[in-house]
Amino acid sequence: MVLEDAINNARKNLILKKNVALIDATGMYYRDLNSLLRSLDGNGIEKIEICNVYGQRYIGTDLDDHLSIDIYGTPGNDLGAFMKGVNITVHGNVQDGCGNTMDHGRIVVHGRAGDLVGHSMRGGKIFIRDDAGYRVGIHMKEYLGKRPAIVIGGTAQDFLGEYMAGGVLVVLGTNMKDGSCHDARFVGTGMHGGTMYIRGGVRHLGEEVEVKELNEADYRILGSLVDEFCSYYGLDAEKILESKFSKLVPVSSRPYGNLYAY
Amino acid sequence: MKSYVTPEYIVERDQDRCIRCKVCVNQCSYDTHYYDEEDDILHSRNENCVNCQRCATFCPTQAITIRENPNHYRSNANWTQEAITSIKKQAETGGVVLTGMGCDKPNLTYWDRLLLNASQVTNPSIDPLREAMELRTYIGSKPDKLELEMEEGNGVVLKTKLAPQLQLETPIMFSAMSYGSISLNVHKSLARAASEAGTFYNTGEGGLEKSLYKYGDHVIVQVASGRFGVHPDYLDAGAAIEIKIGQGAKPGIGGHLPGEKVSEEISRTRMIPLGTDALSPAPQHDIYSIEDLRQLIYALKEATDYTKPVFVKIAAVHNSAAIASGIVRAGADAVVLDGVRGGTGAAPRIIRDNVGIPIEMALAAVDQRLRDEGIRNQASVIAAGGIKSSADVLKAIALGADAVYIATAALVSLGCTVCQKCYTGKCPWGIATTDLWLTKRINPDIGAKRLAGLLRGWSLEIMEMMGGMGINAIESVRGNRLLLRGVGLTDKELEILGVRMVGE
Repeated sequence: MVLEDAINNARKNLILKKNVALIDATGMYYRDLNSLLRSLDGNGIEKIEICNVYGQRYIGTDLDDHLSIDIYGTPGNDLGAFMKGVNITVHGNVQDGCGNTMDHGRIVVHGRAGDLVGHSMRGGKIFIRDDAGYRVGIHMKEYLGKRPAIVIGGTAQDFLGEYMAGGVLVVLGTNMKDGSCHDARFVGTGMHGGTMYIRGGVRHLGEEVEVKELNEADYRILGSLVDEFCSYYGLDAEKILESKFSKLVPVSSRPYGNLYAY
Repeated sequence: MKSYVTPEYIVERDQDRCIRCKVCVNQCSYDTHYYDEEDDILHSRNENCVNCQRCATFCPTQAITIRENPNHYRSNANWTQEAITSIKKQAETGGVVLTGMGCDKPNLTYWDRLLLNASQVTNPSIDPLREAMELRTYIGSKPDKLELEMEEGNGVVLKTKLAPQLQLETPIMFSAMSYGSISLNVHKSLARAASEAGTFYNTGEGGLEKSLYKYGDHVIVQVASGRFGVHPDYLDAGAAIEIKIGQGAKPGIGGHLPGEKVSEEISRTRMIPLGTDALSPAPQHDIYSIEDLRQLIYALKEATDYTKPVFVKIAAVHNSAAIASGIVRAGADAVVLDGVRGGTGAAPRIIRDNVGIPIEMALAAVDQRLRDEGIRNQASVIAAGGIKSSADVLKAIALGADAVYIATAALVSLGCTVCQKCYTGKCPWGIATTDLWLTKRINPDIGAKRLAGLLRGWSLEIMEMMGGMGINAIESVRGNRLLLRGVGLTDKELEILGVRMVGE
């Protein structure tokens, strides 16, 4: 069969060392790469290292939750889409839709991210060392014990936290000058749940969001996320936490409740 | 502010027949009836009545009659009751006028102006009671060609790897209605009926309740812009996945399930916080082009290891044919078209009645376009929105559909009277509600039987009509527009439908 041939072909780029798999993804089609990953899943492999990744999509989708994957290069769109628990570390930048509708797991990016980080994610954590694009955390949500978190080390663009229904979204602005503002506009438009913590000023807020002072519980949540963030990138958490943060919360859990005539 | 809106209906009670049993009081969820103990008499608050006929149906002595309020404004072909009432309501609330179910305006249906053929003399008709009739339908992408090989001992063997297919025993499926817009008991009824009848029910965008996972082989799970309940196990549970781009009743807009309907069970199934509005944005935020659509189609295929067909549902709009071509090229296994008469649990009435095009035209245009481009085999076409009889099903298939989706018809079989008040969440028939006091009114055992009865009845009628045309397999009806003739249609309408005039 064609697909099996492709996997066998892909296997030529595979080296197995005990429970670690090394893959050279040079020239590999995303479908073949992901089939290869699925074929390794559940065979005693615990760690997969993929090098020379150039835009292959959907890495981490439909894999078991005990795996950890190290990616060298630039994974393509929808990294970890619908992911249910894999730990992914990206040594490079990620493209759009990283963590799309992710349920569980962790993505740590040593670089920048494109648009739509964590679209509709419901669980797990995403850490981006540098900047991220538009609509980070759009429609992320929480329920019962699941509370997703996204931490952006740099800044993020317009519609940050749009339609946000739950979870925690942190933007640290570590690469910004002291006292400067994030450029993002329409931050929290349509937000109806969850919390954003933003270090540095916010230039333009959506209508459905209000700014509050952080209380002790907020500092606990923020502190633990910043600690974890800094542990991945060798940064000083205390120094980051010294600065002033603003807390953004929705004005109402029912932003559009008065639109209708009955 | 004093409301100038007058009651739409008048409740009349024959006091000679009324036995003061108060069934009407208990059955009405709009608080229309009340009992006056002092005078031992039942009264009605006309302004609350929605004419759902629940009280009239359950009144043991048939004492209740509901009439349209004869106090009409002065007759006027332009300034109708509806137009005047809407303006008054909006002046008083400053809001968008909501409604439920499908468009109720005349002149937007073509089914009734299409007539089916029958055999006379030259090609004998078939009696389905004595001869085999094939309604089985496969939904999914079909290959461009089949490669066959002779193998020793095995005879002819199919070498082409087929894309995943859904096997339907009748070309009718239950269309998307979310848990939240309708009750769990209705979902149970639909799931059971689909399993029994060998067809499929669609979850809608509200997730799949845990107890229904066991019906997964007969479930189509939907992925909409809110991504409610979309979870790896949910995607694995279904037999197919449907990406919802649009809905016939409200093309181009999203939906709001109000927070008060997000109960603990709904919260769990949608996987969202308790009591907050469940907001479905108008677009899918990762789809702004056909290329993006392809990305989501393949994300879902990757998430389920290419084992399930992926449908894409759009509202029928002006450029449906070009859009459908893009959808097929994006890799969808089926295109779902939902026409302007498609139902809804809640939509702004102005959108429901003014946006979108009839399914008949969209279906004919899409089927023709996909044929012209030589890609019709790559995806199935499913027609939805305003199918109210088995004849409509057969006409849709003759116009080019592989199968149809029904939803309003399914709810009507459960008791719905199409009163169009689904958006209130107080459905007295226990259908479009999550109020546990009301949802008990649907017993899933009885509900499944009623739905299965409807499917059986329509299937028998389809076989009768096919037999009458001398056709014994639904495959031979599919896209066979010679079986149709139009009546009362313009040349242009006939041209788009690809149908000849009666008498031709």
